[in-house]
Amino acid sequence: MKMPRTDYIEAINMLKEEVLKMGELSKGAVYGGVRSLIDKDFDLASKIVREDNNRIDILELEIEEKCMVLIALQQPVAKDLRIIGTCMKIITDLDRLSNLGVNIAKITIKIGDKPFIKPLIDIPRMGKLAAEMLDDAMEAFINEDVELARGLSKKEEEADALYDQVRRELITFMIEDPHTITIASDLSFIARYLKRIADHACNIAARVIYMVTGEREKVG
Amino acid sequence: MGIKIRVNGFNLWYGENHALKDINMEIEKNKVTAIIGPSGCGKSTFIRSLNRMNDLVPSCITKGDIFFDGMEIYEKDLDVYTLRKRVGMVFQKPNPFPMSVYDNISYGPRIHGEKNKKKLDKIVEYTLKSAALWDEVNDRLDDPALGLSGGQQQRLCIARTLTVKPDVILFDEPCSALDPISTSKIEDLIRELKERYTIVIVTHNMQQAARISDYTAFFLLGEIIEFGSTLQIFENPSDKRTEDYITGKFG
Repeated sequence: MKMPRTDYIEAINMLKEEVLKMGELSKGAVYGGVRSLIDKDFDLASKIVREDNNRIDILELEIEEKCMVLIALQQPVAKDLRIIGTCMKIITDLDRLSNLGVNIAKITIKIGDKPFIKPLIDIPRMGKLAAEMLDDAMEAFINEDVELARGLSKKEEEADALYDQVRRELITFMIEDPHTITIASDLSFIARYLKRIADHACNIAARVIYMVTGEREKVG
Repeated sequence: MGIKIRVNGFNLWYGENHALKDINMEIEKNKVTAIIGPSGCGKSTFIRSLNRMNDLVPSCITKGDIFFDGMEIYEKDLDVYTLRKRVGMVFQKPNPFPMSVYDNISYGPRIHGEKNKKKLDKIVEYTLKSAALWDEVNDRLDDPALGLSGGQQQRLCIARTLTVKPDVILFDEPCSALDPISTSKIEDLIRELKERYTIVIVTHNMQQAARISDYTAFFLLGEIIEFGSTLQIFENPSDKRTEDYITGKFG
């Protein structure tokens, strides 16, 4: 005999898998954006901009639709409801952060062959950190790992510190030589996007904690 | 705020069967308290204990206390009829008397000695309005109550309960025999009634408990597993068994 509500439980598990898949695709956009910048890989940048997260957008709508159907037909409560609510919330974060990845690729193309003012050090670090935070958040989501989710707070502090450092440095360049303003402000935007990506990862982590424990906690 | 009914270490046996085990619970005044749980968990037995309906079961034995407004209801010399007047009950299947709508409502006040026709008219109108039934039946008060629809009959039974001015109304699955529209009318009515009465409702319909109650108690095998605000129970239950039951994973 089947356990009660087997199909429903399966549908919720499938939903989580799809959110995880959307997380992977979003990470691809972020990672690709940063990679294209560091390597000045214009083909990669153009590809990211051209695709404009089409697959992610479609997946987001599909996931949302599945959540709506589950709510309408299954009247989820308690943890099931928290899982579905969490999925609906975090797909928005994933969509936004993947768009930020596209924005980085756009700036890569805009900067083109012009040399960076200085070798990029902290921005790649921020990129790596943001991608790691997203990985942690998604792993915490799929494994329901509250401690891993809480751990994002510390990484968020690191990301903030790096952002402040990058900005200070870029402002110094701009003050010293106004010719650097265009490129310095582009890089400043990129740093800002990466900081926002880290923030979205923290939002996801906070949602995961709520999903697992039912309690609201701030992350980051 | 205030506690209307306080249940202290209450146990009940039907012969050998230990149907309620050490129940502790406080039922707040002017709130709706829902009792949920799988069949045979003791929820009906529990609400029937609140107005001593189980006295009618020969092999029934109780231990522990239930205080109603501070008064112990299992006291030997307690007048059980007065208790049942103050703690009214509405059952699963509408059970109007086989008489007219008017007589169904005026029956209670009449046996309690009210003869004045004008006063009875007033009671009939007032209680039918309170039960959201007046507009539908005021032109056929002399028609047989059994000719009303199931939902109307159930509201008539609620009105009949109100005529004796209870403090508490116990509902034992009041909507299980009704269609969705009649069900939502009863639910709206329960929400209105809690302004004036304290309500305890047993329901198998979890969504109904979630919609209308302020507090929810989950019963399993004669025990209270969890009792808390309805929001907490349905958003974040603290006991795994409650979670499994409300999410439909067993029961």
